[in-house]
Amino acid sequence: MSSKLAGPNIQLNELGKLKHFLTLEGLKAHHLTEILDTAESFINPVTNEIKKVPILRGKSIMNLFFEPSTRTRTTFEIAEKRLSADIESLDIQTSATKKGESLLDTLWNLQAMQADMFVIRHAESGAAHFFSQHVAPHVHVMNAGDGQHAHPTQAMLDMYTIRKHKGDIYDLTVAIIGDVLHSRVVRSQIQALSILEAREIRVIGPKTLMPESPEALGVHVYHNMEEGLKDVDVIIMVRLQNERMTSALIPSEKEFFKVYGLTEERLALAKPDAIVMHPGPINRGVEIDSAVADGSQSVILEQVTYGIAVRMAVMAIIMSNAAQLSQHKLEQEQQANLDLIEQNNQAEGTL
Amino acid sequence: MTELDIDVPQLITQICEQIKQKPMFAQSPKMIGIRTGGEWIAQKIHQQLELSDELGVIDINFYRDDFSKTGLNPTVKPSHIPWDVDNQHIILVDDVLYTGRTTRAALNEIFDYGRPASVTLVTLVDRKGCRELPFQADIIGESLECSQTIKLTGPEPLKVTILETQEETA
Repeated sequence: MSSKLAGPNIQLNELGKLKHFLTLEGLKAHHLTEILDTAESFINPVTNEIKKVPILRGKSIMNLFFEPSTRTRTTFEIAEKRLSADIESLDIQTSATKKGESLLDTLWNLQAMQADMFVIRHAESGAAHFFSQHVAPHVHVMNAGDGQHAHPTQAMLDMYTIRKHKGDIYDLTVAIIGDVLHSRVVRSQIQALSILEAREIRVIGPKTLMPESPEALGVHVYHNMEEGLKDVDVIIMVRLQNERMTSALIPSEKEFFKVYGLTEERLALAKPDAIVMHPGPINRGVEIDSAVADGSQSVILEQVTYGIAVRMAVMAIIMSNAAQLSQHKLEQEQQANLDLIEQNNQAEGTL
Repeated sequence: MTELDIDVPQLITQICEQIKQKPMFAQSPKMIGIRTGGEWIAQKIHQQLELSDELGVIDINFYRDDFSKTGLNPTVKPSHIPWDVDNQHIILVDDVLYTGRTTRAALNEIFDYGRPASVTLVTLVDRKGCRELPFQADIIGESLECSQTIKLTGPEPLKVTILETQEETA
């Protein structure tokens, strides 16, 4: 992937509304709040059921997973089906790219199959940006995770879960624990929490799993669970990204659990009504104790359900913005034509 | 422009009387209001008829036929029908019947929940003569001409004002 990460504005249209969803960087609180509010409109407040709605009928969405995924891919597919879109999921690892077709050729072929939106997961940072720069103007790109860069829908479903349980985010102290260095989820979570002005964002983990200057992200860094968990409202555990570690950054999983694993004793240091979140897949006994993962403060499985509604919301908003933009352009054209007629009439009048 | 207030309580009473006369509603009829205006009217009727089952509310915004032009309505909220739709005699309540497009959307949504035994359409106000789809209400509070528009405020106090449009007065 040769292209550099483009500026975040590439994901906004002329009216400043979402056209693609690549990263949370550069977005405003109103963009995020719109997503959370729209997600809420898809969930029955009494039953937590997410009903199928016909708004994306006739639209074609293609899921391109260059990297394995179960949760994200499945919830995207369910979200697309609940919006009544026609969907196609391609496991690219086993398809034409293996035969030497370039990424862009693959993309353009799929576009020629009448795709309106691509959902892309790729091991390279910047993959979704790259695609968004090469798709036709009417085609939209959603980032379902690119390398170590971003996973914006995951961060948004986390914000939704937090808001659902704790109300407004600006009043909260949130601790993120684990592999901050490799995690695209954490990057996006920190951006989301900053945009929504969380009172305090803490990251807890060993120095070897922290980026060079984590303070630059606007977070407070702790290397000790006992200090870091004190009085927090929300605990977000993240997985050790073994597949992205190129060297031995932790002594062993057992050792990691001893120092940074979330146990019932450590959970007791947080506020009594703190919630425990995890983007999954969870490694029981590595970053989280089973008793906590399955305990009363855990909202891990709710996150999965809300992931459907949040992904529905982003896709619906993007398609809605496209509709509103073309209507806006149509009206401008009509107005321009009227102005022209008016000018001609005046010109004739002065003759 | 002339303005005229409608006697809403009297129309509601009139509508309730007509509902009571229908034999299929003799036993626990189910009622659905279309958000927002229809919900307000439905609440009144529901109260007056003392129906035992909770009022269902549907928001037809996800079912509109103009998504490709107007996009999402930011005020859309989840629909809630708290009982099984299958085989029920349903009273569908809207505030104004105009082009019929809202009714179409509402019926589509109801049928996504199940197959009702019947749907009876109740409207507080029927603006005749500008229907774009073949729908007629079964029970009508007040019939108006197409040129007469309506302003509805609520839920408490619920007030309906008829506005004579410029076409009419010109």
